[in-house]
Amino acid sequence: MMEKMFEVQDPVNHDTQTLQVNIGPQHPSTHGVFRMNVVLDGETVVSLKPVMGYLHRNHEQIAENISYTASMPYTDRLDYFNSMSNNFAWALAVEKLANLDVPERAQYIRVIMAELTRLVNHVSVIGFLLNDLGAFFTPVLYAFREREKILDIFEEVSGARMMCNFLRFGGIKRDLPAGTLERIKEVIQNFPKFLDEFETLLTKNEILCMRCQNVGVLPAELAVNASITGPMLRASGVNYDVRKADKYSIYDRFDFKIPLGQTGDVYDRYYCRVLEMRESLKILQQALRDIPVTGEIISKKMAPFVKAPRNFKPPVGEAYGRVEAPKGELGFYVVSDGTPQPWRYHVRAPSLINLTILEDLCIGHKVADAIVILGSIDIVLGEVDH
Amino acid sequence: MAGFLPDWVLVIKSVLISIAAIAFLGPVTMMYLTLLERKVVGRMQNRIGPNRVGKWGLLQPLADGVKMLTKEDIVPTPADPIAHFLAPILIVVPALLVFAVIPFGRGMTAVDLNVGLLFFIAISSTTTLAIFMASWGSRNKFSLLGGMRSVAQMVSYEVPMVLSVVPVILITGSLSTNDIVLAQGGWGGLKWFIFTPWGLLAFIIFYLCGVAECNRSPFDLPEAESEIVAGFHTEYSGMKFALFYMAEFMNSFTISALAATLFLGGWQGPVLPSWLWFFMKTYVLIFIMIWFRGTLPRFRVDQLMNLAWKFLLPLTLINIFVAGFWYFAPNTIVRVLMSAGVLSLSFWGLQKLNQGYAPEKRVYQFGD
Repeated sequence: MMEKMFEVQDPVNHDTQTLQVNIGPQHPSTHGVFRMNVVLDGETVVSLKPVMGYLHRNHEQIAENISYTASMPYTDRLDYFNSMSNNFAWALAVEKLANLDVPERAQYIRVIMAELTRLVNHVSVIGFLLNDLGAFFTPVLYAFREREKILDIFEEVSGARMMCNFLRFGGIKRDLPAGTLERIKEVIQNFPKFLDEFETLLTKNEILCMRCQNVGVLPAELAVNASITGPMLRASGVNYDVRKADKYSIYDRFDFKIPLGQTGDVYDRYYCRVLEMRESLKILQQALRDIPVTGEIISKKMAPFVKAPRNFKPPVGEAYGRVEAPKGELGFYVVSDGTPQPWRYHVRAPSLINLTILEDLCIGHKVADAIVILGSIDIVLGEVDH
Repeated sequence: MAGFLPDWVLVIKSVLISIAAIAFLGPVTMMYLTLLERKVVGRMQNRIGPNRVGKWGLLQPLADGVKMLTKEDIVPTPADPIAHFLAPILIVVPALLVFAVIPFGRGMTAVDLNVGLLFFIAISSTTTLAIFMASWGSRNKFSLLGGMRSVAQMVSYEVPMVLSVVPVILITGSLSTNDIVLAQGGWGGLKWFIFTPWGLLAFIIFYLCGVAECNRSPFDLPEAESEIVAGFHTEYSGMKFALFYMAEFMNSFTISALAATLFLGGWQGPVLPSWLWFFMKTYVLIFIMIWFRGTLPRFRVDQLMNLAWKFLLPLTLINIFVAGFWYFAPNTIVRVLMSAGVLSLSFWGLQKLNQGYAPEKRVYQFGD
């Protein structure tokens, strides 16, 4: 047993041995069934191999064998924290393919839901990051208290808290119930107060700064070469946000900024998310101000397919729809051959692509930092192993 | 009663009463500390904490105890059976032994040793051995990492902890815990050492090191849940696991009790009965430990070492000199001002020297 555990590294000069440890797939901080095959020299990471696929569910193959609308609830299960933005990306892809337009009110509701999703995601990611840092559940429970309020809104509009399945091609499933907008306003009004409280607890905490600053630095060039997206890329100082670059849906109407970090370390990734939440709140306020009081919620072209979704046959062609999901650029590539099922369906999952950089970030750091770096990448295994 | 019984029976009786009291007090303290911790942390986290078993969850520790006793005791096949079995027992013994020298109230010390403080420090440092036995005996990589961390941490923090006690010994001229408490009896029972500059600093250092010695947050690296699962007790289950927990909670109680004894005047205090003062002070310190746990993230190994060797150790050494000055200088306001000045100057200087670890100011740009 001992022979297997250790591997003599340099038997001539000094008797040091490296230790190979499997962190995961059942481990409190791998955020699901993810395994890191780590070789340690003392506490320092010498090499790290991510092992994934424990949650593989044949997502793409399933989608190629069912109708377009039937894929919608499956996209919920990709990144199960942000089902609304997953729906959004898939709807955009099919709308491009079938050339559908979306009514005004539905557009606004989509944006509101997408930004609320971003709040949910970022707030829980920061909470989990602090858990990885060793804070005994306090930040995560504070975060979850706020998350609950937004999940209540999701439940109100879609009937489900996490697996929303709310968007449809050319619109949304149903209009908002009466009074929901007021409740959203209330949540948004109280959110900055919570963020301030959260920041007082964390942002200038010396232990947090010591643990996070200059840890897991991702240079901008490497980030671009590895096609990292989302807050992770922006923390490295690259100004790229699909909401600005692509101006999909109605994002060109809102006035908001993209927070950019400079160092690209764990701390920047943490703080960029905080700032992004504040920008999301701005978008939400503007959207709630401008949303039309009444209106269509689904495009006229799609009306016949609401009751009979399997008859929906987009024309032959291909399309790529993408959104700025909270974790990065989420894209769906779809090829249609004119049948009710897509001929090819591909997901560009931000968690998976952001995770590929893990080894470069972790080498030379302590094992405790490797956990924190993994937490700062923000992965959800449903999306990684789709 | 003395007239009815022979002398040897009286000796045995007093010994037995002490032993029974400690053997009972230790576990009961531990059981209710778990409840207190769960309740307090729960409140800090917007939760209620245990409230199902008994009124206010008061029977929860009993339920936990029954659960622990009835759980399967798992010993991993490759583990060293003797070391694995002995470690949880060895860790509880010193935790119980140190109760003997703690003065719980006026004349309520079980054994008034004239080297009580030395006894406490010597006995409590053997905990390291038991933890290392557990980690090595389990043959588990996470346990091994936890054991490595634990030995490094305990050895490092032992040094400033012992040195921070030296000023107290210097001033009182005694190692007996009882004498130390008696020396703080002036001013109507309020002449606590914490009200002097050196006492305040020594208290802070002693308390921090004590928190590190009990492996509690933010120094809970040996059992860092998010990194190495449960550290040295990863491979323990059932009652053996409970024994590790018992030792940890009893240690945090005794460390708080000792800090209260050395710096907060022990059982000294006006009006209220002495044992009440003692328990109040101890529980305030325990509450602060729980508060730490509910608030702070964890240090990293190298940062932990830096804090001990580069900051706390030089500060304790300076503090010993200041205490010496205090002992010989005339009792005027100049003495207070001078020692406070020297200490705050060295505190500031050491902080400057360790500047590499100070948080950076970050500027964030906004793109369009």
